[in-house]
Amino acid sequence: MPDLAQVLAAQVPLSWYLILSVILFVIGAAGFLIRRNIITVFMCIELMLNAVNLSFIAFSHKLKMVDGHIYSFFVMVVAAAEAAVGLAIILTVFKNRETLEIDEVSSLKL
Amino acid sequence: MDVLLFLIFAGIAVGCALNLVLQTHPISSALSLIGVMGSLAVLYLLLGGEFLAAVQLIVYAGAIMVLFVFVIMLLNAGAEKRPSKKVLRTAVALPLLFTLAGVVAYILATQAGRTETVKFGAYVVGPYEIGKALFTTWLLPFEVTSILILIAILGAVVLARKEI
Repeated sequence: MPDLAQVLAAQVPLSWYLILSVILFVIGAAGFLIRRNIITVFMCIELMLNAVNLSFIAFSHKLKMVDGHIYSFFVMVVAAAEAAVGLAIILTVFKNRETLEIDEVSSLKL
Repeated sequence: MDVLLFLIFAGIAVGCALNLVLQTHPISSALSLIGVMGSLAVLYLLLGGEFLAAVQLIVYAGAIMVLFVFVIMLLNAGAEKRPSKKVLRTAVALPLLFTLAGVVAYILATQAGRTETVKFGAYVVGPYEIGKALFTTWLLPFEVTSILILIAILGAVVLARKEI
C-alpha cells in the first residue's frame, strides 16, 4: 500500500494520455462502424477528432512547443465547419427520404 | 493529485464514450458526448492548455453540441429499432479495432518511457502564446481558415434551402 503523500505527489506518465487518446479513438471508430443512426455516426466522428486533439496537446506538452495547440485549434475550427455542413446535409437527407438509417441511404441517388 | 485527477476524468471520458456508442437513442449519445468533451477540457488544463480548455468548452461542448441537439430535436429522431443487419462487418471490425488499440497502447507503454511525466504547470499555453503563434508563424493557415468558414456558411445556407 503506497503512502498517501507519495500518491498525491506522483505525476502522470505521458504515455497514459496517449493511451487514453487511442482508447477514445478506437471507441469512436467502433461506433462509426456499428451504429446505423446517421446522427450518432456523425457524433462518433467528433469523438475521434477529440481523441486526436488530446494526443496533439500531450505531444505539445512534451516537446514544449505551441504548435500542437495550434493544430488542435485548427481541428476545432474544421470540426465546427464540418458540423454545420454535415447537419445541413442530414436535414436534407431526412427531408427527401424520411429516414435516418444509414443503410437506407447507401446509394447516392434517390 | 495529478494522478487522481487524471484517473477520475479519464474514467469519465471513457465511460461517456462507451455510453455514446452503446445508447440507442441519439439524445443520450449527444449528452454522453458532452460529458466526454467536458472531461477532455479538464485533461487539457492538466496538460497546460488553458486557452484550448476554454475553447473546448465554449465551441465544442457549447456551440457544436447545441447544434447537434437542435437537429436531433428538429428531426424528432427516435431510438434505433432493429439491430444492424451487417453482422459480418461488426464481427470483422471490432476484433481488428481492439487489436489496433492493444498494439498501439503496448508500443506507447514500452517506448514512451515511464520517466517522461507530465508536470502540471511546467508548460502553460495561454491566449498570449496562441495569439502570437497564430499571427506570426501560422498567419496564412489562419486566413485560409476564414475562407473555409465562409464556404461552410454558404454550403449550409444552400443545403438548408427548401428547393433541394
